[in-house]
Amino acid sequence: MADISADAARVQDIRTSYAALTRRKRIYGGLLLAIFVALMVSGFRTADMRNAGGFRDGLSHVFDYPAEVLSEAIEKSAALPANLVRFFPSLVETLNIAAASTLLGAAGGLVLSLLATRGMARWPLLIPLFRRLMDILRAIPEIVIALVLIFILGGGPVPAMIAIALHTVGALGKLFSEVNENVSLKPVEGLQSVGANWSQRMILGVIPQVGPNYVSYALLRFEINIRASAILGFVGAGGIGYDLRNAMSWGQGRYDEAAAIFILLFLTIVVVDQISGALRDRLTHGARA
Amino acid sequence: MTTFTTDLGDTRGVAALKSQAEGLFLRKRLIAFGLPALVLAYLIYVIFAFDVPGLYGRASLEHARTLVADSYSYKTHVTRDARSGDVSVAIEGERKGAYPAGEAPDWVQLGGDASAVTVVDLGRGHQVRFLPDNVTEYDVPGYGTIHVSSSRSGGVVADLPSADVPDWINLSKSRLALKTEAGRLTVTRTKAEVFRYFTGWELFWFTLDSPYHGMGPAMLLRHAMNGEAAAIWHDFWMNPMWHHGEVAWALFETVLMAFLGTFGAALVALPLAFLAARNFTPLMALRFGMRRIFDFVRGVDGLIWTIVLARAFGPGPLTGALAILLTDSGTFGKIFSEALENVDDKQIEGVSSTGAKPLQRYRFGVIPQITPVLLSQILYFLESNTRSATIIGAITGGGIGLLLTQAIITQKDWEEVSYYIVLIVLMVMAMDWLSGWLRRRLIAGDAGGH
Repeated sequence: MADISADAARVQDIRTSYAALTRRKRIYGGLLLAIFVALMVSGFRTADMRNAGGFRDGLSHVFDYPAEVLSEAIEKSAALPANLVRFFPSLVETLNIAAASTLLGAAGGLVLSLLATRGMARWPLLIPLFRRLMDILRAIPEIVIALVLIFILGGGPVPAMIAIALHTVGALGKLFSEVNENVSLKPVEGLQSVGANWSQRMILGVIPQVGPNYVSYALLRFEINIRASAILGFVGAGGIGYDLRNAMSWGQGRYDEAAAIFILLFLTIVVVDQISGALRDRLTHGARA
Repeated sequence: MTTFTTDLGDTRGVAALKSQAEGLFLRKRLIAFGLPALVLAYLIYVIFAFDVPGLYGRASLEHARTLVADSYSYKTHVTRDARSGDVSVAIEGERKGAYPAGEAPDWVQLGGDASAVTVVDLGRGHQVRFLPDNVTEYDVPGYGTIHVSSSRSGGVVADLPSADVPDWINLSKSRLALKTEAGRLTVTRTKAEVFRYFTGWELFWFTLDSPYHGMGPAMLLRHAMNGEAAAIWHDFWMNPMWHHGEVAWALFETVLMAFLGTFGAALVALPLAFLAARNFTPLMALRFGMRRIFDFVRGVDGLIWTIVLARAFGPGPLTGALAILLTDSGTFGKIFSEALENVDDKQIEGVSSTGAKPLQRYRFGVIPQITPVLLSQILYFLESNTRSATIIGAITGGGIGLLLTQAIITQKDWEEVSYYIVLIVLMVMAMDWLSGWLRRRLIAGDAGGH
């Protein structure tokens, strides 16, 4: 307990120092806010200056393009079902790219994360090496690897798959190793005491503990990877993004196709988000508690 | 866990329990083998769907080789024009890398005029001589001297030391091309060209026209001390081959897109999130509408927003920033409204018991509770948006993403491509570090992030 029988002078002291503290805190907060606002405003003005079209002029034209696409799509609404069917195979390809790269990336991330976690690493001395490797894989945007691979392998889904898988290894590896750090090492020690080797210890001692969390993160990654694979298609890696670019480069007259692709992409993203959200909820909070 | 309450004396109960356990084991075994089998089957399907076997035919090893070789080495061209007899030396054969007339690196001895001999020393005993009358000689150690003469009428005639043509020499009536460990020689009717390869990135610091080309760091420092620092900096920053100044601007633009997009999205999403939170908006229709708007903005992917906005605003960093802003307002709206729903009511009650007005209640009762969640999410997105900004820049044209795609499209500046890749990786890692540092500084007791 504090000494509450302090004399008035000390109370006064405390009061003034408290007031000074509050004032200083307010000044710091205000200063931070002012710096932030200044950064935002000047940043916005710089971006506006270096942009081809200005913000003011552009703002009135934001809805021009969607309106054009929509009006043409409505005009040719009879062709919509046929278009949806026509582009469905590309959508499947985009989904395949995302799914395959998520699976490969999760497998790679799993191994790397186990190798990079203290207490379960196969070679404890190499932990920093594997961590840096994951950092680098995570830092490289997919488009960089995809564009380089398209040059070597030619266009198509494989460069996109490899590019997304490599990024996924880094991203999931980090999340997985965070999960691993909360694992109880007792099963691992128990298995070690009966002579299990490293892979047996990991498969039987660690994976059952972390499985649901892993799957939940992998599902989240799958959602992200669908978007990534659509974007990579746009730079020439196959799938629905590629069709979208073609439909758009034709310009007016093909907007019904662009509209069909927009619809497919939007519906896919929303549906997969909903399903994976529900699944993740079940995995993390338990299905039948 | 399920608990069994069985009478162990009852054999029928034990048998039932046993069969139940066996059933469970069987199911577990099925899952343990079935799941990997399913994944494997899917991957096999994907291999055929993506035509991986056909990839071997489509892949270009030649491209791979150029890419790898070009990213860590460069070549200097020594060219003799057949008509005028002039010899020129240029790095990568580019005008920006050309030596001034009459000047050459020390491994090339220029003849001076058309009647004199120019000697190109390729190292390791390899030597190429440009003799008068469009005759070229190449000494290959262990093979002999190749004698080539070319003329407009007679084409290219080669005199080889051996009777049969080795596979590193490509000879036709109009062209001789050969490649050795030291370099390459190409002779056509119009010109003879020698390539010598060097490790490293050519003219990375200064181009040939700069007086500081070829100076060591100590020498440069001495010049800088003598008041030439600004000139040195200017020559480096304005390097016409590598455009360091422009690259720095592009990096800044990319970071700017991420910064504006992320924080702009947070500013837009925060007030809207109140409208979508159950405990702040009792009106169900409004709440429902707000949430559907968030879902819509999030579901229309960043790609589509980028395309739509690029039509209105044209290419540039503003378009990228707005695309990130739009997509992330949906995500932030969802995250923030969920955080708001988990707010502890007691603090708000406490604040309102002192007579606080609604705005004050939000400011002192709600905001302090959700700040840590919000900040950590925003900072996490700042890092991932740096990557998105690179990608969006490649699509709409802005920032380092644009430079990267441009360099890749030329299909020859792979050293620039690798330079940009290194810069991008460093930029993202720096943002990752910065966001982690800010998270730790701003949010007391946040152990995550490492």
